[in-house]
Amino acid sequence: MNDIALVIPEATLLAFACGTLLVDAFLGRRNPAATFWFAVLGGLVVLAELAHSVPDTIRIGFAGTYRLDVVGAVLKTFIVALVLVSLFYAREYFRKRGVSQGEHYPLVLFATLGMMMLVSSNSLLMVYLGLELLSLSLYALVALQRDSLQSSEAAMKYFVLGALASGMLLYGMSMLYGVTGTLDLPDLLIKVSVAGDKRLLLVFGLVFVLVGISFKLGVVPFHMWVPDVYQGAATPVTQFIGTAPKLAAFAMALRLLVDGLGGLAEEWHQMLILLAILSMGLGNLLAIAQTNFKRMLAYSTIAHMGYMLLGLVSTRASGYAASMFYVTVYALMSMGAFGAIILLASRNSEADQLSDLSGLAKRSPWFALIMLILLFSMAGVPPFAGFWAKWFVLKEVVGAGYTWLAALAVLFSLVGAYYYLRVIKIMYFDAPVVSERPEAGQDLKLVLSVNGLAVLALGLMPDMLLRVCLDATLSYPPWQ
Amino acid sequence: MLQQILFYLFSALVVAAGAMVITIRNPVYAALSLVVAFFASAGLWMMLEAEFLAIALVLVYVGAVMVLFLFVVMMLDINIAVLREGFARYVPIAVVFAVLMMVSITLVVGPKHFGLDQVAAPVAAAADYNNTRALGRALFSQYVIPFEAAAVVLLVAIIAAIALTLRGTRQTKAPKPELQVQVQRNDRLRIIKMEAEKP
Repeated sequence: MNDIALVIPEATLLAFACGTLLVDAFLGRRNPAATFWFAVLGGLVVLAELAHSVPDTIRIGFAGTYRLDVVGAVLKTFIVALVLVSLFYAREYFRKRGVSQGEHYPLVLFATLGMMMLVSSNSLLMVYLGLELLSLSLYALVALQRDSLQSSEAAMKYFVLGALASGMLLYGMSMLYGVTGTLDLPDLLIKVSVAGDKRLLLVFGLVFVLVGISFKLGVVPFHMWVPDVYQGAATPVTQFIGTAPKLAAFAMALRLLVDGLGGLAEEWHQMLILLAILSMGLGNLLAIAQTNFKRMLAYSTIAHMGYMLLGLVSTRASGYAASMFYVTVYALMSMGAFGAIILLASRNSEADQLSDLSGLAKRSPWFALIMLILLFSMAGVPPFAGFWAKWFVLKEVVGAGYTWLAALAVLFSLVGAYYYLRVIKIMYFDAPVVSERPEAGQDLKLVLSVNGLAVLALGLMPDMLLRVCLDATLSYPPWQ
Repeated sequence: MLQQILFYLFSALVVAAGAMVITIRNPVYAALSLVVAFFASAGLWMMLEAEFLAIALVLVYVGAVMVLFLFVVMMLDINIAVLREGFARYVPIAVVFAVLMMVSITLVVGPKHFGLDQVAAPVAAAADYNNTRALGRALFSQYVIPFEAAAVVLLVAIIAAIALTLRGTRQTKAPKPELQVQVQRNDRLRIIKMEAEKP
């Protein structure tokens, strides 16, 4: 009976997701706003429940398949909050483009449910099922624009590569199960430390598991899907993929690598260093060559996920906290950047080319300023939140004794600064192609402004969020 | 002894049928080979005393899924030649990687770690052991959350399939009775006055 308390937010979300589906089926055609508001109501209720359910210790239920701990509760709260904000952006986009896609909202809620299950999983089985629920919803969301050739191609690519990555993950999990005979993550942690001469087999399984995680995070060399999917999907879908699921992927890495395979940290932290260097390098270099803003942001995501991995490399609690801070701040920044594309979109233009931003400062000084904040933050310029995110991660890397890695990361971030500053130059110094102000509803303007100012506020006062992240990861013992 | 012979027979069948699925040129034959592979793995499950799973595999996969699959394959006009384009070009590099992978995997996942001396043979269940009941118990107690999660995954699959295939407007040219009954004489009949002409 006590176990049920663990899944009340998830159960509520499932009920609301199914409810949204019904509302869309019966009221959606006449009144598309009904679907939207029902989904928002669901998000708010779940958020309220999550805020009430932060536990003080780790609680494990359902015969060891499900867990509720502080880091999970905090991540779930962030995820649901981000999803809620993204719903407002999506609504404005559909209104502007004159398309009604009622299925968008229930699918987003189902994806959120998958993320929450992934975050709370305590066994390999739960990790896999949560991931599949999330991925399947995302494939469908990308494919929803059936008439767009680009969307269909992106969805197909995403689906095939995603299925391949799931297969890899499952193969790795089967290896881990074959050696230890358990699916339970805490049990796995104990058995890994006493594996003896079977350690090689576990590392073999770890490699495949890491491939699955890397694919979800979109780090090099498992990044092939990212640019095409980001460019091909409708902007709100891209925005959704680029925000909350990144937190879920971070949670997946934390659950599998630290909660389950903490004993193999010596092996995986080296693999992570390699993945991080490749991602930071390739992501930042290839972003320079892009003319499509969404595609550029895709390469920037790859680079950012590389930086995020640096926190995990340090294999200690404060490092995980730094990574968590990074991924949260990144989600907020990328939410705003894609939000700006939605602001500029009109009935017959997606506005996803860099040239669409030209002269934004003359067309709308306020939103050019918001965009400036977001881009400076992504580039890692103080005093914005992105600077602190990079700072904490780099501090952890140096603290773990990898000064050369930190130097390399700074070097790549200098390369990255070029293309962020180029966008600012386009906004402020290029002549505008069209002169009218971008049209958008009041709610989008409000959400986007708050989003940009939040990045500024977090930059001025990073302590609060950092404290939350540090408290959440406090229970993780240092490795060695 | 008989068990071992049966095991190797079924295993060989699975491997051979699996190889046929990916090498055979005709997609219908490939799908049929997959049916054989499913049958053989059902046999393997039967030997593991998982009778319910074995029967479910035959009923669900062989009986329903694969038949549907065959329908789809027969409906689609797949041009094998296009699919095989570039096959010869990629074969050498693919073979190199496949062999490398196979050698390294066998080195790691060899009998050294998974032999009978490492993993004890499972104890045979008693004669009154009920596999279906054990499965039901596990699904609805220990694995209830994963079970529900799998159910939601299937629900999302249904939603996605409907959302992606169902068009909002009707594409068919069916007559509309409510308009048909309103038809007037003027809609159908036109009387033209013509001058009489000489033949």
